[in-house]
Amino acid sequence: MDSELRELYQDVILDHNKNPRNVGTLEHADHHANGNNPLCGDKVRITIEMEADRIRDIQFAGVGCAISTASASMMTEVVKGKTVAEIDALVDKVHRLLTIEGEDPAFSDAEESLAALTGVREFPMRVKCATLPWHTLKAALHGGEEVNTEDEG
Amino acid sequence: MIKTEATMIDTEKVRAEFPILSQSIHGHPLVYLDSAASAQQPRAVLDAVAHYETTSHANVHRSVHTLGARATQAYEHARSVARSFLGAKDAEVVFTKGCTEALNLVAHGLAEGWLREGDEILLTELEHHSNIVPWQMAAARSGAVVRVVPIDERGDLDLSAFDRLLGERTRVLALGHVSNALGTVNPVSAMAARAKQAGAVVVVDGAQGAPHLKVNFAELGVDFYTISGHKMYGPTGIGALVGTREWLDRLPAYQGGGDMIHSVSFAKTTYAKPPAKFEAGTPNISGAVGLAAAMEFIEGLGYDALRASEDALVRDAVEALADLDGVTVLGAPKERCGVVSFLVEGVHPHDVGTVLDTEGVAVRAGHHCAQPLMERLGVAATVRASFGAYNGPDDVDRLVEALGKVRRLFG
Repeated sequence: MDSELRELYQDVILDHNKNPRNVGTLEHADHHANGNNPLCGDKVRITIEMEADRIRDIQFAGVGCAISTASASMMTEVVKGKTVAEIDALVDKVHRLLTIEGEDPAFSDAEESLAALTGVREFPMRVKCATLPWHTLKAALHGGEEVNTEDEG
Repeated sequence: MIKTEATMIDTEKVRAEFPILSQSIHGHPLVYLDSAASAQQPRAVLDAVAHYETTSHANVHRSVHTLGARATQAYEHARSVARSFLGAKDAEVVFTKGCTEALNLVAHGLAEGWLREGDEILLTELEHHSNIVPWQMAAARSGAVVRVVPIDERGDLDLSAFDRLLGERTRVLALGHVSNALGTVNPVSAMAARAKQAGAVVVVDGAQGAPHLKVNFAELGVDFYTISGHKMYGPTGIGALVGTREWLDRLPAYQGGGDMIHSVSFAKTTYAKPPAKFEAGTPNISGAVGLAAAMEFIEGLGYDALRASEDALVRDAVEALADLDGVTVLGAPKERCGVVSFLVEGVHPHDVGTVLDTEGVAVRAGHHCAQPLMERLGVAATVRASFGAYNGPDDVDRLVEALGKVRRLFG
């Protein structure tokens, strides 16, 4: 179990948990959404400033565990500069990585840190922690206001 | 000292009666510290359920054949066991799915004919969601308003605030016997006496009370008391509502269907007397049988011995946890029972829970369905270790040891 635990809490995850990037709330956000996990009380708020179809800046705020914090932090790093269509594809890729055994999607060099989330698969109770910020991002971009982990399959 | 030890239970021996506890989790012997969420079942309960299912299963109150008679007899025997266990001699025991259904039944009933616009329902800041939400629903239906008794910094109810809140508009006081998140034991009897003097009906959520404290319904002086089978070594999906006959007669039926009627015609239906009035449909017969066996199991241990052992364990746990660097125990109620909530500095409770699990230590991490309390404490979640008859000092040691791993990993 210890190797799985180390796989879950890889150094990248622990680092992002300790020093999360892009924390805060953008004052002039074009898009925002709140994510809630009612079963554990975790909350994340995502604010985004766009430039045409691309994310110029993104910040997250909230309370969550190491997995959700690191997931949100890594997410904010990799989505900057991406178009909405690129992000939709990436959210899908991350979702597959987190939920489908054996799925090993190819990430670009810039997105490589996300592969550190693979370890979550071995801890089914923690998958929602990792997916919450991504669902919230998608909601923000597509006009949703609130995301609730219990509303999806 | 010797006297205290003599009244303790032999946790090793008790543990051996719980087959599920003999397994290893991730290569470590299981340490189960999540009884407040769901206690494990002793062999006596598992056997009673199996015996009923393999020898006596049929529907109750209707079949004329032998199995039907046995099932009815087993179910009604369970009710009489529950009645004497809960000191409900002059009251009735209604079987329900659990505390949640029992509280909904009462709240729903009181919203019809008892609560009026502007009436006040008094809750406490310590309540579990199941003793908050049904009352909000009742308030919405009746026009009553919910008011809340706050806690002090120790995690005890602020009784002077309670006195101030109590008034002629107070029609309901609904409170937990023991807080599932802080372990606070509420002075239910004293509060009930004052509330009843003010003209309120008193409803007690006993989910965390009955597993640890001897409940004597008559002596508590309340109108309703609810229990949950799986929190007290019984099966899930079974619980009970104890209510005074006066109130159960007065409450309207909760659900309509078979077994709750006196006579039915398309022109008019008359309802059966309580408890049948509140038990529409085929009940959880094997659950009731299992619950009765769980009550007999607790009586076999003896509440005094159980309480003495659990109190010593909780004291040890509080002390051991408070001694750890970076660990904070939440609340310091005058009387604490069954549970200890704590935080590890810089580590989210979920991460603590996951790491402890890899060491075979099962705890609860989260808001414990008490979000208003978490808000009051200024935290999103806590780690909760909760104790049962099968926990001994070794379990506290294992918890402390496993917390070392948490700090090594997140240090």
